[in-house]
Amino acid sequence: MAVAERQHDLASQAATKPAWTAVLHDWVTTADHKKIGIMYILMGTVFLVIAGAQALFMRWQLVYARHDFVSPDVFNQLFTMHGTTMVFFVGMPMIIGMANYVVPLQVGARDMAFPRLNALGFWLTLFGGLLVYFSYATGGAPALGWFAYAPLTTKTFARSAATDFWALGLIVSGFGTLTAGINFVATIVAMRAPGMTFRKIPFYPWTILWTSVQILIAIPPLTAALIMVMFDRQLDAHFFDPQNNGSVVLWQHLFWFFGHPEVYILILPIFGIVSEVIPVFSRKVLFGYEFMAAATMAIAFISLGVWAHHMFVIGMSRTLDMYFAAASLLVSIPTGIKFFNWLATMYGGRISMASPMLFCMGFLAMFLIGGLTGIMLALAPFDFQLSDSYFVVGHFHWVLIGGTLFGLFAGFYYWYPKATGRMLSERLAKWQFWLLLIGFFLTFGPMHISGMLGMPRRIFTYEADRGWELWNQISTIGAFIQAPSYVIFVWNLLWSLRHGKPAGDDPWDAFTLEWATTSPPPAYNFDSLPVVHSRRPLWDAKHPDDPDWQYE
Amino acid sequence: MSNSVDPTGAGVALQARTAALATPPPIEPEHTLSPAMWGTIAFLVSECAFFGTLIVAYITFLNRDTTGPTPAEVLSLALVAVTTTCLLSSSFTIHAAEKALKRGSMGGFKFWWAATITLGVAFLAGTAYEWTGLIRDDGLTISTNLFGTTFYTLVGFHAFHVTAGVIVMLTILGLALRNKVTARQEAAVAPVALYWHFVDGVWIVVFLVVYIIGR
Repeated sequence: MAVAERQHDLASQAATKPAWTAVLHDWVTTADHKKIGIMYILMGTVFLVIAGAQALFMRWQLVYARHDFVSPDVFNQLFTMHGTTMVFFVGMPMIIGMANYVVPLQVGARDMAFPRLNALGFWLTLFGGLLVYFSYATGGAPALGWFAYAPLTTKTFARSAATDFWALGLIVSGFGTLTAGINFVATIVAMRAPGMTFRKIPFYPWTILWTSVQILIAIPPLTAALIMVMFDRQLDAHFFDPQNNGSVVLWQHLFWFFGHPEVYILILPIFGIVSEVIPVFSRKVLFGYEFMAAATMAIAFISLGVWAHHMFVIGMSRTLDMYFAAASLLVSIPTGIKFFNWLATMYGGRISMASPMLFCMGFLAMFLIGGLTGIMLALAPFDFQLSDSYFVVGHFHWVLIGGTLFGLFAGFYYWYPKATGRMLSERLAKWQFWLLLIGFFLTFGPMHISGMLGMPRRIFTYEADRGWELWNQISTIGAFIQAPSYVIFVWNLLWSLRHGKPAGDDPWDAFTLEWATTSPPPAYNFDSLPVVHSRRPLWDAKHPDDPDWQYE
Repeated sequence: MSNSVDPTGAGVALQARTAALATPPPIEPEHTLSPAMWGTIAFLVSECAFFGTLIVAYITFLNRDTTGPTPAEVLSLALVAVTTTCLLSSSFTIHAAEKALKRGSMGGFKFWWAATITLGVAFLAGTAYEWTGLIRDDGLTISTNLFGTTFYTLVGFHAFHVTAGVIVMLTILGLALRNKVTARQEAAVAPVALYWHFVDGVWIVVFLVVYIIGR
């Protein structure tokens, strides 16, 4: 009797959905690269909302001259946490998360090389973020700016433990990022499907490989520098302590030796996403694959030698100014190669303007402008005039939103059907795109002008007679036009999960291996390991009469 | 639902038209290191960047102190020559251990592996002796001056890496003594040996910078 009852219980349990505790346990303990990728992206989305709210607070403070919506100290905390969060807990997790989901599928592997290390990396990143936010529990977040120049980080200026939480959180999440880099290298180099030589690897994993190389070289110096900050604060060491001949300039060098490759860590994967989306939606192969591959390598290497263009105004020698200006300008050559190759891929193609391609178009137009203001700032004499002004703020938001974020959205719209089995709403995508584009133009365009009119970044208010008020008001209006676009995006993610059009395995008639398996893919990705003969293995499978390997 | 073409279905239809489809060239097997080795190499690249940063800081602050003690006053070349010999020879013993494992000689493996651990521990003991003297007799701590700050950070992080290596090697020795390590575990031992060679290589640079150039 009891046995029969229990069997009945089990049967009814199986029929209903598993308890939420079981689902939670499954996600918390998972080592599946797809689930970890999704968790990274969810983490990034949550922090995007937090850091976005911080941006809106700042914009509202600056809407009028002498406005007193937030106090100067709170304003300092806001821009510190906004920058730190957006770079380390939005940009990096989203990029690593998307690569985590897609790269093993694209190279035809069943998981990352080290699945448990992968889980460790995610949890380190998440808890690193939480540690940084613990600083609020000390009475207020650090007020340093995201690059935390010494001696602001010394005990004299940062008296509470907020700075320690900030440094510790970045050390912890840095280890998480490092494990991801190690994992990507091992996966991409040693786990490719049979036949997928380096000359046949899809372009996205190729960019992730070089992103990982940059992670390996750029993150440890930041970790070391943050450890020095901790030693200075906790053990009375003297690294950045000018009273004992320590050097505040050393911090700048170490930070930017990390900081500049970091911006390429945030853009190279986007180049990869765009290089996947544009060919599929132009119905052509990627133009100049070899040149694109070489340009990616070139950017990865050149980016390691340009860091001091962030430091032109600290008074380096003229020789160093000239070297760093020239090296920075050099980056525009491989980037230009990429740009023209994307245009050549589209040229003569049968272009479809579905949502992923729409965001790629936005990326191409916006990243071009951000790249051009970058070339302006690389010229040392120009930088002398505009360093630390709103022109710089306009420039880097133009590449980080116009470049990184537009590219990430292209990736979201492209791969969401694979991850969920449902299409995202195209109508909401168009609303999101146009609100974002217009809001983005209005927010960051005027910053170039207010910067040239002399407005320094990071000031909490300004006098009415400086002529900056109008430009700041346009920026604030733009920010409030942008804000709903993110709400629409999150709503689209949630709504389409239940109500989206079923996607099928290959909704975009694409070329690479992730579309050869089901949507969403099974835990083991592929029933049997795929064999690859060309750069477009799925095209070969769909067109056995005219396979690519005949021409490559 | 899906507008993808079923490969087999398309193949059947096409086979009627083109009697024989072209067959792709055979796949050449690719020879590369294991994922574990690539992961280790990637990790060690990041370690190079980490130690590189600490060494840059050490060199930046060399001879910038206004108060003593200075490296020339307190660092003993005789002591560090002994510890350096211990550490460098442990690279040879771990190589011998690997070769023994490859041969399947478990006795040889255990002997050379234990010898490597002993040399690593000897190095750490030497460092502990050196630090005790520096702190107690010379009054040099991490907060004394820039030399103390950079010296303890650089040498300390290296000693931390030696300690981590010793702990991992002790774990493997424990497994070997319980006969859980055979020639089949060579692939698991190789990354540890590579790490150990790296720790030795870093020490050569640290030795040159701290005890030869900086003294």
